[in-house]
Amino acid sequence: MKTVEEIKAAIEAAVPGAGVEIVVNPSVSGQHSLRLTPSHALEVAKFLRDGLEFDYLSNVTGVDWPDKEITEKVKVKREVIKTVDGVEQTVEETVEETRKRVEPGCLEAVYHLYSMALKSAAAEPLVLRMRTVNRKEQAELPSLTPVWRSAEFQEREIWDLYGIVFTGHPDLRRLLMWDGFKDHPMRRDYVEPDDFEYEPTAHDDVLKRAEAHRAAHATAGAAGQVGTGGEQ
Amino acid sequence: MTDAKLDFEFDAAVSAKQEGWNRPPEIEPSGEGGVLELAMGPHHPSTHGVFRMDVALDGERVIRLKPVFGYLHRNHEKLAEGMSYLGSMPFTDRLDYICSLTNNWAYALAVEKLTGQEVPERAEYLRVILGELTRVVNHASSIGFLIQEMGASGTPLMYAFREREKILDLFEELTGARMMCNYMRFGGCRVDASAAWLEATRKVVAGLPGFVDEFEQLLRSNEILMARTQGVGILRPDLAVNAGVTGPLLRASGVNYDIRKVDGYGIYNRFKFRVPLGDHGDVYDRFMIRMLELRESIKILEQALKEIPAGPVMDAKAKIRGFRPKAGEAYGRIEAPKGELGFYLISDGGPNPYRYRVRPPSLINLTILEDMCLGQNVADVVLIFGSVDIVLGEVDR
Repeated sequence: MKTVEEIKAAIEAAVPGAGVEIVVNPSVSGQHSLRLTPSHALEVAKFLRDGLEFDYLSNVTGVDWPDKEITEKVKVKREVIKTVDGVEQTVEETVEETRKRVEPGCLEAVYHLYSMALKSAAAEPLVLRMRTVNRKEQAELPSLTPVWRSAEFQEREIWDLYGIVFTGHPDLRRLLMWDGFKDHPMRRDYVEPDDFEYEPTAHDDVLKRAEAHRAAHATAGAAGQVGTGGEQ
Repeated sequence: MTDAKLDFEFDAAVSAKQEGWNRPPEIEPSGEGGVLELAMGPHHPSTHGVFRMDVALDGERVIRLKPVFGYLHRNHEKLAEGMSYLGSMPFTDRLDYICSLTNNWAYALAVEKLTGQEVPERAEYLRVILGELTRVVNHASSIGFLIQEMGASGTPLMYAFREREKILDLFEELTGARMMCNYMRFGGCRVDASAAWLEATRKVVAGLPGFVDEFEQLLRSNEILMARTQGVGILRPDLAVNAGVTGPLLRASGVNYDIRKVDGYGIYNRFKFRVPLGDHGDVYDRFMIRMLELRESIKILEQALKEIPAGPVMDAKAKIRGFRPKAGEAYGRIEAPKGELGFYLISDGGPNPYRYRVRPPSLINLTILEDMCLGQNVADVVLIFGSVDIVLGEVDR
C-alpha cells in the first residue's frame, strides 16, 4: 500500500495542475485524506481507477460545515493621549480587543476507496474529499458516478440530504425523501417543520406546536406555508 | 436550492452520453401490445418490507426497472448526531434487524479505530462467535426466503427458522434480547458469557452441520429450483466491482473479496476457513454461495469455541461516562452477512459524533438491480431481488 504522500506525487505526475492537498487526520486511526480540486476531480478519479487500481469505491458521504463565527482576542497597539505629570503626551498602549469574523462554510463530499485488484494491502482506505464553494448557490461538485457506479445511489442520497448538486450525475433525483420535499434534512441548520397535523396521534408538545402553527397560519393568510412537512 | 433539479427526469439519452458510464443498453419494446408500467410494491409480499420497484414491461419482459426507496427512512444518521456515541449502539440493532450483532460490531470497530482502544482477547472471541452465529442465521433465513418466493411456501423457510430459533435462544440468554441485542461496547462486550452458555453454544454448533446437510440435500438438486434460478439474473464481475457490490452477491460473481480475509479485522486471521466463489454469477450461484458460507462459518465457530480463553471482556481503561474521542475521523468496516458494513465517524472532540455515517451494504448492492433484471421475465424479478438479500431497515435508515 502506498502512503498518501506517494499517491499525491503519483497523481501530480499524471494529472498536471491537479492541485491535490493532504488533509491530516489528527486521530489515531491515521486515515489521512486527499483534497481534490473539483475542476480536476474526474481526471484524478480516472487515474486512480485505471492507473493505481483503486477499482472499488466503498463509501460516499457528505459533511456539512456551516458558517462559523469565530471570536478572537487580538492585541492592538494604539496611541492614547494622556496627561502625565501635568503635560499632555502621546503614549503607545497595548489593548486587547475582541473581534468577530465569519469563516464561510461549505459542503464536503467524502469518498472512501479500496482496491479489490490489490486486495492484500488495503486495510486502510484512501480518502478523497471535495469542497463546494459555499452552501447556497454554488453547492456544486462533479459527480464521480461515471468512474465508479457505486456512487450512483450514494450521490443521490447526498443531494437529497445535504443538497450538493452533482454535475454529470445521470439520474440526480431524491433518494430517501419524497419528490415534493423542499429542504435538505442532514444540514446542521435544518429546521424541522412545526406543523405536525399529519401525525396520526398528535399529543402534548406536538399538539401545542401544531396549534401555534395553526394560529400563525391563520394570521399569515392561506398562502403562507410554514415548514416543509405537512401540506401535500 | 434550485427546484428544477428535483424534477430531473431520468433520460436514457443523457446517460448514454456519459463516457464510461457503466449501464446496459436500453431495450427497445417489440411494439406488440404496448408497454405496461407496473409498480411492484411497496406492499408486494416479496419486498421484505416496504420497497417499490417501478417496472416497465414489454409482454413479460422487463425493459426498465427503477427502485424507489425511503418508505422506512427515519434519518438514523441525524438522530445519531444528536446523542452520545454509546447512545447510537441500540439504534444500530435496528438497521439490519436480522443481524443486530454484526451491526454492533461494525460500529464498535469504527469507534475503536477512532479512539485506539484495545479489545481483550476473550471479547474478540465472543465477537467472532456471535458474528458467525449471526451469519448462520442470516444465510439460512435468506435461503429460506428465496425458496419461499419461488413458491415453496413455508417448508424450507421453517427448516431455516427452526435452526434460527435455537441460535436466537442463545442470543437471548447472553444479551437479554433475541433480535435487538445491543451487546458490543467500545473496547469489548457488555457481559461475559458463562461456561454454561458456551457449552450450550457448542451443542447448537455441533448440530449445525447436520442441518446444513439436510437443508442442502433438500434444495440443491431440486429440479424446479434449478430451472428457475440457473442462468437468471447474471451479474458480470467487472460490473459488480465497479458498482461496489460486496458480500455473497459479489463472490457469487467470482470476485475473491472477503473483508474477513482482506482486513483480518478482530482475530479472523487466526482461523482456517475458505472463501467460496461462484463462476456464473446467477441466482443459483448466490444460493449455493450462501450454502457453502454456512459450512465455513461452522468451521470458524468450532475453532473459536475450542480456543476461547478466559479473561476480561472489557478493556479496563474503557470510559463509559464522559466518553469524548479526540478530534479526528475514522472509517471502520466489517464483512457483515450482507456485504461490507462500514461506519464513518467524525469527532470534533465533543460527546456526540459530528458526523455519523452508515455504509449500508443492502442499499449499495441494489445499485445493479436494474442491470440484473433487464430482459428477464417479471416473475424472475422477485427471485433476483430475493437473491440480493436486503433488509429495508438498513436500505432506508
